[in-house]
Amino acid sequence: MNAILFSALWGIVMMFSGVFVKRKSTVSLLAIIGIVLLFVANAIELNTYQPFFYIDSWDMLRVNSFNLSFLAVVFGCTLLFFLLSASDILKVGEHGGEYFALIFFVLCGISLCATFNTLLILFIGIEIMSIPLYILTGSDKRNLKSNEAALKYFLMGSFFTGVMLMGIAFIYGGNPSASFYIDNIQLGKDALNPMIATGLVLLLISLSFKVSAAPFHFWTPDVYDGAPTVFTSFMATIVKVGAFFAFVRLFENSFGKIHTQWQTLLVVITVSTLLIGNITAVFQQSVKRMMAYSSIAQAGFMLFALFALNERAKEGLVLYSAAYSVATIGFFAILIKMKDYTIEGFNGMGQTNPVLGITATIFLLSLTGIPLTAGFQSKFYMLMAAVENGAHFWVVIAAVLLAAVSAYYYFRVIQAIWFKQPANANPVNEEEVSGSFKLLLIISAILIIVLGVYPELLIQWLYH
Amino acid sequence: MDIKYYIGLSLALFSIGIIGVLTRRNAILIFMCVELMLNAVNLLLVAFSKMHAMSGVAKASANYVADAQIFVFFIMVVAAAEVAVGLAIIVMLYRNTHSVDINFLNRLKN
Repeated sequence: MNAILFSALWGIVMMFSGVFVKRKSTVSLLAIIGIVLLFVANAIELNTYQPFFYIDSWDMLRVNSFNLSFLAVVFGCTLLFFLLSASDILKVGEHGGEYFALIFFVLCGISLCATFNTLLILFIGIEIMSIPLYILTGSDKRNLKSNEAALKYFLMGSFFTGVMLMGIAFIYGGNPSASFYIDNIQLGKDALNPMIATGLVLLLISLSFKVSAAPFHFWTPDVYDGAPTVFTSFMATIVKVGAFFAFVRLFENSFGKIHTQWQTLLVVITVSTLLIGNITAVFQQSVKRMMAYSSIAQAGFMLFALFALNERAKEGLVLYSAAYSVATIGFFAILIKMKDYTIEGFNGMGQTNPVLGITATIFLLSLTGIPLTAGFQSKFYMLMAAVENGAHFWVVIAAVLLAAVSAYYYFRVIQAIWFKQPANANPVNEEEVSGSFKLLLIISAILIIVLGVYPELLIQWLYH
Repeated sequence: MDIKYYIGLSLALFSIGIIGVLTRRNAILIFMCVELMLNAVNLLLVAFSKMHAMSGVAKASANYVADAQIFVFFIMVVAAAEVAVGLAIIVMLYRNTHSVDINFLNRLKN
């Protein structure tokens, strides 16, 4: 409850800061203060279960330790994102305050998505999350690629919003209790009510689009490639895990009882997501586009939370969100400083910039899922959940094989960093890399290793 | 009137919207078709709301009867917000390319 109020309020503060604050560094400082306050307010609520202002939401929002600790992960990752990339956000255009304001509104949408208890709040949350993103994607106004990405994202996003609303309407129509509450959907006496079944499939399609699961992933590479790189980093991590959390919450509470009936459908989505993401990423020359496909592949692993739908899967989802977000935000922060986004652009970075080289290697190892990194633990939790669930064991084997494929394209970058001779010029824009930037990269790399050795550090908060 | 006529009408509107999105090349026309889809949903929600109110099943849960109609207001507001953002994006594109034809949108492919 605190998170929703504070993120919306601070979005407005940031909007006014764009008008009244002239110095750019003050704007980014304000944003960092805001996200720290948001994190603290959320942590206080997680500890005491008392929001600062009690609002009777008629049970439309439900707050528990699970979704509050997920929000803590989201705000922590956003804090890391701001600390690493605030200066790059300000470089996108002259409206620095507005970009931060839009990011805070997205966080408000994620908070709604994490705590919703009716389909109405789900719809509003998804929309509050998406609409600012359309603007952020097109924020590089003179760049045709950015324009194109924004228009594509907007048209497809609003199309799938329509599909989602149709699903909600059918579920409402087929639900004899005439309610939008997600735990109050009566699925039918003997067989599944056909209207509910239609609604379920439409919701599955539209939420698969939002988390960029195949076969609804086609927008992802274009949009992630066209958007300014800082915002790609934000979209690929924080927004994606927010949408995933809404996806899992909805399907667990509404349709958990008939899990076996839609599990087969989900197997198709999971396997095709893993297959398309991993195989297509192999052929990419641009690292930015490769990371877009890699985010599809990682979404395939996160879909295992829906596939298994047990306690272990929910723990795994929170761990996966943290591990994936920290590694990807860190890697994108390094990518923004590169002069050349192709894989050859990384040649010899280990010799010219050892700190950046080592941390980039750790982030990529974590994304691959090498033991001792958080990426390994999170993939382990996901696969373990799927094994505990028991059905369709071959999917687990397929996932492991495709994770091995992912090693190929991540290691290509690592190979370029360490085993290729640097070109004449320094591959990194050296003047933009400050000491505190390096320190933060080292801290996030340590965070990844700590979570990889001791994941209970995060998971114990779920049962606080 | 029976509920199936309402379902038929709004599914027809929804399908026209989908076909329009898939076949049209003009960004503004695609956008209008998306709005048509949202309005099909509005119609269906109101019809279902009335159906539940008349069926008597919902009498036990009288609190919920108007929920769908309130939902429709939310959809209208969100659609208006989308229009504001969407038209701004289309205008931005028009300034740079002097066209709103989405066939021009192929720079990212290669």
